[in-house]
Amino acid sequence: MKFANFFSRQRSASTAHHRLQVLLMHERSAGGNPDLIPMMREDILAAIGKHITVDPEKVRLKIDRGETVSRLEIDIEIPTPIRQTLERREVHLR
Amino acid sequence: MAQVVVVTSGKGGVGKTTSTAALGAALAREGERVAVIDFDVGLRNLDLVMGAERRVVFDLIHVVQGSARLSQALIRDKRIDTLFLLAASQTRDKESLSDDGVERVIRDLRPSFDWIICDSPAGIERGASLAMRHADLAIVVANPEVSSVRDSDRIIGLLDSTTDKAKRGEAIEKHLLLTRYDPIRAGRGEMLGVDDVLEILCIPLLGIIPESKDVLHASNVGSPVTLNNPASTAARAYEDAARRLKGQQVPLVVPSDKTTLFGRLLGRRAA
Repeated sequence: MKFANFFSRQRSASTAHHRLQVLLMHERSAGGNPDLIPMMREDILAAIGKHITVDPEKVRLKIDRGETVSRLEIDIEIPTPIRQTLERREVHLR
Repeated sequence: MAQVVVVTSGKGGVGKTTSTAALGAALAREGERVAVIDFDVGLRNLDLVMGAERRVVFDLIHVVQGSARLSQALIRDKRIDTLFLLAASQTRDKESLSDDGVERVIRDLRPSFDWIICDSPAGIERGASLAMRHADLAIVVANPEVSSVRDSDRIIGLLDSTTDKAKRGEAIEKHLLLTRYDPIRAGRGEMLGVDDVLEILCIPLLGIIPESKDVLHASNVGSPVTLNNPASTAARAYEDAARRLKGQQVPLVVPSDKTTLFGRLLGRRAA
């Protein structure tokens, strides 16, 4: 344990260097636009809103800015009544 | 209902962000619900020190301006689930922080947390005054060094005159957190001692954080020192300070050169 600690400590400068590289790459690029994600969220909500009513409070966005790709996760909670209707329709179809 | 704490100093580079992260994590580790807010608009760093820099979607400005909800902007810590971060905006200027907006954010956060810790930017301008405005309690971070102590004195004056609490005629609680304290140099009389600083600033001492390589290591890897290396002297000093914040009586021992291995070696050599 002590031994592993010793080595991870030795390497913390390279960890810092790598974290900074990835972060600054994102900040220097256009992806650093602070309005990009709010704008995308509005567009996505508007598109979904054409079909179902979504509570904006129930829309969660997560981002993970990686070295080669970034991952944007959008988690939208769809109200249950619609799901019930869908299920009913499914039963009907069967 | 949360206690609102501002971590402030006037001078830059004394350890406000490091201390915000370390104290926030120490409190959250004991089960307290903690939100840390970065008020350094344009020069955010709390996200980096806490290792959440890749995960910032919305920031304080988005919430203040209403383009994101608070629940969407709060980033939950991956290690402790009662610790949350509200990042500052990196690309806008601090004029985007409206008085009303900040007041609303603090008011909305209060019921859901035990602690709201506001990491102030350096200086005495807008960002710093907004960070301290709603505070119930202030942690003044200082290094045992003349310019830092002078700036702390100036900040104490502002806390007593410009905060909401002061304006209501109430006393704002102020605590000193002495960071980067080097017991060996203080012992040799090369650095201001704890008593020197306390005599000048006249506010109670919350803790003394010894100069430690573990602090740099923790920020390198993006983890508050109280999580990254809880056994280290710096982490233990932060843990004690966090307990004092909660009102617990924790005896305060001034680190001396005899308490460090290096000091002991030196002592032996000198003897």
